[in-house]
Amino acid sequence: MSRQKKTLADRQAKPLTKLLLGLLTWVVVIIFFFPVLWMALTGLKTEPDADTSTPHFIFKPTFSEYASVWKGAGGLNSLPTYLEHSVIVTVLATVLVLLLALPAAYALSIRPVRKWRDVLFFFISTKMLPVVGAIIPLYVIARDLHVLDHLRLLIVLYAAMNLPIAVWMLRSFLLEVPREVIEAARVDGAGVVRQMRSVIIPIISPGLAATALICFIFAWNEFFLAVNLTTVNGATVPIYLVGFVQPEGPFLAHLSAAATIACLPVLLAGWAAQDKLVRGLSMGAVK
Amino acid sequence: MVNVIDSAQSAPKARALRAGKPSTGSWIRRVPLVPALVFMFIVTQIPFVLTLWYSFQRYNLNFPTAPRDFPTLWNYQQIFGDHTFRVAVLNTVLLTAVPVIASVVFGVGIALLLNRYVFGRGFLRTLIISPFLVMPTAAALVWKFTILDTTFGVLNFFLRPFGLGNENWIGVHSQLTIIGFLTWQWTPFMVLLALAGLQSQGEDLLEAARVDGAGSWRIFRRLTVPQLRPYIELGVLLGSIYIVQAFDGIYIITAGGPSTDTTNLPYYIYETAFQAYDIGRASAMAVIVVIATILIATVALRLISSIFSEEGMRGR
Repeated sequence: MSRQKKTLADRQAKPLTKLLLGLLTWVVVIIFFFPVLWMALTGLKTEPDADTSTPHFIFKPTFSEYASVWKGAGGLNSLPTYLEHSVIVTVLATVLVLLLALPAAYALSIRPVRKWRDVLFFFISTKMLPVVGAIIPLYVIARDLHVLDHLRLLIVLYAAMNLPIAVWMLRSFLLEVPREVIEAARVDGAGVVRQMRSVIIPIISPGLAATALICFIFAWNEFFLAVNLTTVNGATVPIYLVGFVQPEGPFLAHLSAAATIACLPVLLAGWAAQDKLVRGLSMGAVK
Repeated sequence: MVNVIDSAQSAPKARALRAGKPSTGSWIRRVPLVPALVFMFIVTQIPFVLTLWYSFQRYNLNFPTAPRDFPTLWNYQQIFGDHTFRVAVLNTVLLTAVPVIASVVFGVGIALLLNRYVFGRGFLRTLIISPFLVMPTAAALVWKFTILDTTFGVLNFFLRPFGLGNENWIGVHSQLTIIGFLTWQWTPFMVLLALAGLQSQGEDLLEAARVDGAGSWRIFRRLTVPQLRPYIELGVLLGSIYIVQAFDGIYIITAGGPSTDTTNLPYYIYETAFQAYDIGRASAMAVIVVIATILIATVALRLISSIFSEEGMRGR
């Protein structure tokens, strides 16, 4: 992360206090991280090592459970099928979001429409309403349109779910584009589309990437809509995992391996985008 | 500000357009906005209107041919006398308020610790955001079977030295379990917000206060807390918006139980709609939830709207 110079408080504190506070920081952070660590570790065990009442901290790591999750054992679909569904849904939903949000964000920042404040509040207000308020009609409409359990249903819904966040984020990135640059391009005779393509998009591309990553994270992890609107053909990774709720025999290593694979893409994306994460989560209210 | 009002606003706007008042310039300005607005309107507003419509019908998927009696207040009367609904309302308040407060407290605490110079700070920051990134479904399963389980769970193992080795977390302390899970999930978000707040604090101001002889506690009370306040308010607002909808953890860890101890409104509506197939009654509950959310969010938004004008809407 950013290498910050020591703050004033650091320079003033006594060495012992400093050491203890440092230790406390490590302990607290590790407690919070422990479940994630435990998940990854248990996935590396064999079932006899995992299913014990006294946890084994020392064990011979093996990828056998990861391999068996990947290959799948019986059942309707194996994990790769669900992963494929998840990838298709998240990628297409994210592309759709960016296609809709970028022009909208432009119209709310660089050349703002008259009532841009109201429009922004409309977008954010849709995030405030609980999904349960819409789930029943969504189910009935999807059934009548014969798109229940279809990937395109989730693509559309995840796009709608993430659009407000994307608009807010992209808008805050667009506001940082120096006006003079856009003005210069305009004077040179570039139209709106040219300005966008050759000036604005290159400048905000890190912001664009961060926005895409955050939309990806939310779509990848989404469960409520998926569990209510899909069963097999449109089912994503969370639906695969939920199959573990009724356990059969020793399964902890198997479950942990599957859970780790399911979390890995988002963990990597989130760690990569951690600087921008807060902007997306706070819908652009905090930079 | 919130939905109902705003969706009504787009209509007069369209009328104003047809009246030809704004110039062609503003017409063109609006074009890029149209696809996103139309899309959001169709996907998010129409279902709510339908929810309202269903809520006045006796509509149960188990009895597709039964008369629906539209319009009827039957669903609302049912809810009014429904003990479980009242329990679900109270659970929702409890399972939202406590995790929000706890995650803010932990979040600010950890942010203060991480804002100092600590060995491996970047690494620690990366670790601390992980609970938030992990797929909630996966995290809930891991918590349920490998951490909280009475036989295989690692939590009781760690608690044994403290004389707490035999707790049945999911079966007996179910509310505490859900609160713990939600707090764990949301603390990283509060850490990030509080860190953003702390880092916007001017170092020279602190230096000046120090030179003037202010102690650490005074500086914290007089400078850091006011600086953090808008960030904490934002954290409370956004945390509430998300946590009030908590579903994944409850569905997987406790399934709303034992009995109805951890049944919050989203879970109860889910049960009514997708296990009892009572579309009408579930819709009526959803309508009540939406109205309550609008009321609370309007008040809360007004409270913190200063943030949106100072921070997010910087510039024009």
